[in-house]
Amino acid sequence: MPITRGFTGGNRRGGDQRLPPGQYDTGSGWPVLSAELTPQIDVDTWSLSVDGLVEKPSTWDWRGIHALPESSYFGDIHCVTTWTKFDTTFAGVSVDSLLKIAQPKPEATHVMATSTTGYTTNLPIDDITNGKAWIVWEFDGKPLTAEHGGPVRMLVPHLYFWKSAKWITRITLMDHDEQGFWERNGYHDRGDPWLEQRYQGDA
Amino acid sequence: MSDAVAPVEAVASSWTTATVREVERYGESYVRLRLEVADRTDHVPGQHYVIRLRAPDGYTAQRSYSIASDPADPLIELMVECLPRGEVSGFLHDVVEVGDVLEARGPIGRWFVWGGKIPSICVAGGSGVVPFISMLRYARRLGTEPALRIVASAQTRERLPYIEELEEYGAFIALTRENHDDRVAAHIYPDELAALTDEVERAYVCGSVGFVSFVGRILGEAGVRSDIVRVEQFGPTA
Repeated sequence: MPITRGFTGGNRRGGDQRLPPGQYDTGSGWPVLSAELTPQIDVDTWSLSVDGLVEKPSTWDWRGIHALPESSYFGDIHCVTTWTKFDTTFAGVSVDSLLKIAQPKPEATHVMATSTTGYTTNLPIDDITNGKAWIVWEFDGKPLTAEHGGPVRMLVPHLYFWKSAKWITRITLMDHDEQGFWERNGYHDRGDPWLEQRYQGDA
Repeated sequence: MSDAVAPVEAVASSWTTATVREVERYGESYVRLRLEVADRTDHVPGQHYVIRLRAPDGYTAQRSYSIASDPADPLIELMVECLPRGEVSGFLHDVVEVGDVLEARGPIGRWFVWGGKIPSICVAGGSGVVPFISMLRYARRLGTEPALRIVASAQTRERLPYIEELEEYGAFIALTRENHDDRVAAHIYPDELAALTDEVERAYVCGSVGFVSFVGRILGEAGVRSDIVRVEQFGPTA
């Protein structure tokens, strides 16, 4: 591709070694992206279910999920719209804790995460196990706000952030892959930011 | 999309070149670019392009911009808002000239699109009006204007791109910091929206995070179900 005449990147916001290719540092801001209006969810009626190919389909309410061992993430998050936010802290529980209880069947290979809004996103099971994914309700020590997916969202920080479903209410284990909302609408099935898997057709 | 007149391209786009054919700057706020895109795939109104800039040392910066043009337009039109510290928008505003070649990828997105038929209301804040300009031009060509109602809000005339085209179309315009014709400066009121939502089967809302949240509330007050609302928002929370 040709060099862009007159573009030096003199005020570049990319280039930091911690940035995946094509990303820039969004600084202290946290852009909000969603395809739907932000729902207002009451924690007294909120629940999260793990179902599909599991030995023990399980549901946690707000109190129940807080009874599980706490787990937190400190690190960076990357959005497909090219911003990266450094040094975020999220707290909640590890997805491993949920799966330990629900016990995936051996044939389970993928999951579909579903939000209260009907939003969905698909993930290989390997991307949400062994300490790679969380269910979170705190950001930087404060309750996660509704526009950022509160009260409870998924967090899969090693993939583009549309995989970290806001307003999560259900994780379904499957023996095959199936496209979720953005994946059907032109975005990549896996979404690894270091491989720049942004859109369908990217390697 | 079930209502798409032209089927939405299912195959992913790859990077191509976009040659700048027209540049028009609107004060410090906006720059309008008209681009000749090589190996172009037709878009559906509401989709966007990614524009990528490349420095001599290989550094690149890319951002997404909604398309303003009709699919039948031989050029792709973008209206880019110049953002503080905007490394791509600032370059497009300050440096780009006719004849420059940019990298482009698109059209992208198959959700925030209007196929030309479904009775819809579009509500835009500021630069959020851009995808609706593509829809408006498309509706005009198809003769389906009655299916597309547009509401556009901004602080001032200057902050609302395409305001003349919107006025000519009959869009409802709400300026918040100056009067507009016989409407005094004010935010959109729920009853103003309610008057435009009869028989509407879909609502599109595009603007800043705060604007989208505000419009979502007043659409709800006007009786629009949240599950027919499609959203595109930009900008950070504090």
